[in-house]
Parts: sequence; structure tokens; C-alpha cells
Amino acid sequence: MSRRLPEVGGVFLQMEDEIASMAAIIGASYAGVKSMTATSGPGFSLMQENIGLAAMTETPCVVVDVMRAGPSTGQPTKTGQQDVMQAKWGSHGDYEIIALAPSSVQEMFDLTLEAFNLSETYRCPVFVMSDEIIGHLMERLTIPKPEDLQLVNRKRPTSPPKEYQPFRADDTLVPEMATFGEGYRFYATGLTHDETGHPQTDSAEHHASLVKRLCDKIRNNVDKISRVQRVSLDDADVCVVAYGSVARSALSAVAEGRAKGIKIGLLRLISIWPFPDDIVEEVAEQVDRILVPEMNYGQLVREVERNAGRRKVKSIPRLGDALHTPEEILAEVSG
Amino acid sequence: MTTIQHPLEDATRSGMIPHIWCNGCGNGVILGEFLRALDEMNYDVNKIVVVSGIGCIGRISGYTNTDSFHTTHGRALALAVGLKAANPSLKPVVISGDGDLFAIGGNHFIHAARRNVDIAVICSNNFNYGMTGGQSGPTTPPGAYTTTTLYGNIEHPLNLVQFAAACGAVYVARWTAIHVRRIRESIKKAINKKGFSFVEIITACPEEYGRRNKIPDPIQNMKWLRDVSIVESRMDPKDAVIEPDKIVVGEFVDIEKPEYTDLLLGKAESIRSRLEKEGKLSNVTL
Repeated sequence: MSRRLPEVGGVFLQMEDEIASMAAIIGASYAGVKSMTATSGPGFSLMQENIGLAAMTETPCVVVDVMRAGPSTGQPTKTGQQDVMQAKWGSHGDYEIIALAPSSVQEMFDLTLEAFNLSETYRCPVFVMSDEIIGHLMERLTIPKPEDLQLVNRKRPTSPPKEYQPFRADDTLVPEMATFGEGYRFYATGLTHDETGHPQTDSAEHHASLVKRLCDKIRNNVDKISRVQRVSLDDADVCVVAYGSVARSALSAVAEGRAKGIKIGLLRLISIWPFPDDIVEEVAEQVDRILVPEMNYGQLVREVERNAGRRKVKSIPRLGDALHTPEEILAEVSG
Repeated sequence: MTTIQHPLEDATRSGMIPHIWCNGCGNGVILGEFLRALDEMNYDVNKIVVVSGIGCIGRISGYTNTDSFHTTHGRALALAVGLKAANPSLKPVVISGDGDLFAIGGNHFIHAARRNVDIAVICSNNFNYGMTGGQSGPTTPPGAYTTTTLYGNIEHPLNLVQFAAACGAVYVARWTAIHVRRIRESIKKAINKKGFSFVEIITACPEEYGRRNKIPDPIQNMKWLRDVSIVESRMDPKDAVIEPDKIVVGEFVDIEKPEYTDLLLGKAESIRSRLEKEGKLSNVTL
């Protein structure tokens, strides 16, 4: 990006640390541009403070986390999917974000674009939760022509500066967003605030209504935000729920299983937050057994269990520098 | 009955005054002089963005009738760098405290100053964390009593003007809350200066710092600042000491140096013109 952005009128900054990177993209977004940063687990931890600020100030922005093995410095450049719960719960307080999980180089491109569109639509941080395997993968990529791209821009103010209320929302619960420097002279704060942006640090009602709106603008749209891929699920007895690079192995497991006559299918989660509860619940009702391979010690499996009713859910954790093999997944089909 | 409007009424955000600051606090002086400076210098206020961190003075971004952002603790400068890079026509003015800028935010100060980003920084230095109960911080004087130095401070304080100069700031000044006209002039210079400028203002904190250090009365606190201040402009900032009986104030640095966003845009322009000559300029522009 440091090579490409200056060539096309963009700006690339290398900040002093990831705390600063996250702060800088919030500032840039309020200055009216689309902004993003990219990191790995340790940097993602440092960003959590200002991810909360971005959620509170409803800042459209994108963060790419190429997950590696933690905790702490862990195993640099070794793969993992250990930040998926942190993506949802990493900063303090109640808030909702959106997180996407690419499984290919093509999806790194497509979902980064999608992440910008979602962040502009819902005015929240959107994460691209990649992992080391996808991050280092080399494969075919098709970049669409600029005119074929579907780009979404934030809603702009419809009222004149004197009447503009920066945090007043309509039925969508997403406020219109002015840009600094245009004469709106508005105020953003990480404090609990009312529709005018003024701090309301003592009012329980203001706090409840703000926090509910920050969450509900996402929760009310789970069906619009959710993206999944269904493979061979129509007659499946066993469903593998997977995301990111692990989904590639799961896809092979399904092909190999089907060749052996096993009725196995794949539900690939392309969006992981907000968790697609209804979709997982609907799939769970059709199968006997659900397998959840993840490159962690069992994280998103808890969300699957929450939606699985009485179906058996089997976590297949894998720690260390490799994907599950398809055989490792197939080995859990029975038993 | 006639209502007389305060001359700065329109410069403040309606509905946000009265402010939260204690009687005798120097932050009110900073707010007043910042607004008077803007008023007198005919600057396009729509291009000013006031960015603050956390602490008493952090609330100032809510009081100015400007675009403004009240950030997380210590991160005002990092956010301001992003603002400036995204739209170089903006002038971020970071107004924050000594703890915010030099303890939790110290790293961002070093690097924004080192890069010479066009940001005016106004620091309210009250020698302690006034909002959270008067704990010691990076500028607490030796021997001073705070809620976390109950037996007297044993630490060496940071000399902010020396630090700012060493990091590369192109304009550096220090005044106390009694130097109202000089504060105003320094704020004007800092806003007009293209580059990273730094104005330290020693603010009396009667309620937290003063109460524990035998200067609890606001008037007494202001008189102390008056009595111990010595104007020594152009002095080497390393010699600009803050001692119980001597606070050196003045303008210590005023130099010219290429500014970061000018260099950033200049570099991008040269890259694009080279590509254009080579016939390789992309038809995609952001």
C-alpha cells in the first residue's frame, strides 16, 4: 500500500504504534476519507482501546487482522484463528462490530471492499479477520474494472450546519455524517452523548438509549449483513461449520467424505460477527451432528452450540503451525 | 430587561457552558485566550479542529464552537495526525494536559513533533492529575505532595519545553496562567506556524495540587505564578527551569523546517508526474 496509494491519490502513513494507527484512521475518517489499517494479533490488542472509540463515535473504518498464534508474542508468522472472540469483545463496554473472514486471496480483495461498504453503511468499525495462511497465500486474483465496483458512501447531512445533529438517527439507527472542515462545527466524544453530541455523563436514559442504538443498528440487520456459503447441505447428516483458511480444508473433507458415501456438508461462515444465529439454527435443525474445526482451542464453536439446540456439536481445535487436514475433520464424523 | 451577550458567546458551543472547571483553575484562561486569539486573527475557523484527550482540559473541545474531537486518553495527537494527513487544509489544534500528552501520550508527542506535522499543541500543565484526584504525573515537581506522593515526590520531572525542542518542534513557548496577553500571542503564532508548535501554560490547580502544596487559594496561586515567573525568551530550553521560587517563561524556539504533509503531498505529486511521463499513470484515482 505504501507503493500503491501515492500513485492513485491516496495517503499511506506508518504510525509509531498500533494505538496511533487506530487513532489516525478515526481522524482520517472524520476528515472525510475512507481509511483502514492492518495488523496481526499483538497490534490488534493495542488497537482495542480506539476500536471502542470508533464504535462510540460511529466512525466508518476498516481493520485487517491477519491472525497468528497467541497469546502475547506467541509464534510470529505462524497461523491461528485465535482473535475471533477478541474481534467481538476486545474493547470494554457494549458495542457491536462487523467481522468478515476471507478464505482466499480473491476474498481478501472482495471482502476488504465489502468491509468498507459495510462500515460506510452502518458507521462502525469492520474487521477483515484473515489468518497467516491466507495472508501468505499466492493464487489467482481478478480485480474488477473500477466502473464495475459497487461502492457505498456514508449518508451525508441533509440539514444545514446550524440544524445538524451529528448523532440523531432515523429508523435505520445510523446518523448522517458531516465532515470536519465543512462548516458543520460538530463535536465527537468518547463520552456518552446525546443526539447533539453533547456529553451526558449522568443520565441513565441517555446512556441506555445510545448504547442500545449502537448495538441495534447492527443487530437489527444481521440478515442483511450475514454472508455464508452452503455446500452439499441439502441431504447432509453432518455439517462442518468453518471459516477462513480452515474452510478450505473443510471443503476437501466434504468432497472426500461424499466420495466415501458420507452425507456431509459445509456451512462456510463468510461473516462471523454479528454471528449468523438464524442461519446456523436453521442448518442445525436439518443435521444430526455439527463439526467445528478452528485453529484455536475452541472459540466460535460456542456460538454454534448456542444455536444448535440438541444437536451434537464437536469442537475440533487445532493449535500449532498448520491447518487441519481433511482426514482430521473426517475422523470426527462418527463417535 | 436587556440581556448583554458575552463577546465570546458565539465562539463557544451553545448549551455547553458553564464549563466543569473549578474556581481559580487556569484552564478557563486557556479557553478564553484561545477563543480571543481566533477572534483577533481572522483565521477561517471552519478549518480549525480542536482535538483533546482526557482530563480536566480535555473537556475544552466541547466548549469551542469549532469542529472538535474528544479522544481517548493520550491519543489526541495520533488522531490529529490522521486528520491532517487526510485533509491538509485542516489545522488541528491539540489542547490537552501534561499527563495526557507526556505520560500516556508521550510516544505520540515524540513522533508528531519529530515528523513536524502541522499541529498546534497547547498544553495545560498543572503538575498533577487534577480530574482523578490529584495523583502525581510526569511534571510533578520534586518534593511535591500529591495523593500518590504522600511523603513527597522523589521523581525527576520532565521539562516540557526542553523535551518539545529536542523532539523537533518548530515553535516552543511557555507561559503561566497570569500571562494572558502573551498566551494569546503565542497561540496565534502557534496556529499561524506551518509545523509542529508547542505552547506550555502553567495552570494553577488550587483544588488538587494547590491544596496539598500550601497554595490552596486561587488568588494566592496566581500571585505565586506572578512572583516566581521570569521572562527569558530565546534562552536554551534546557535551562528553562521550573523551581519553587523560579519559573522561566518565554519563547524558546522559532525555526523553519519542512512540514510533514507538504513533504507527503510533494512526494506523491512527484511519483505521479514520473508515472505520467512514463505513460504508466493509473486511470484510478481516489
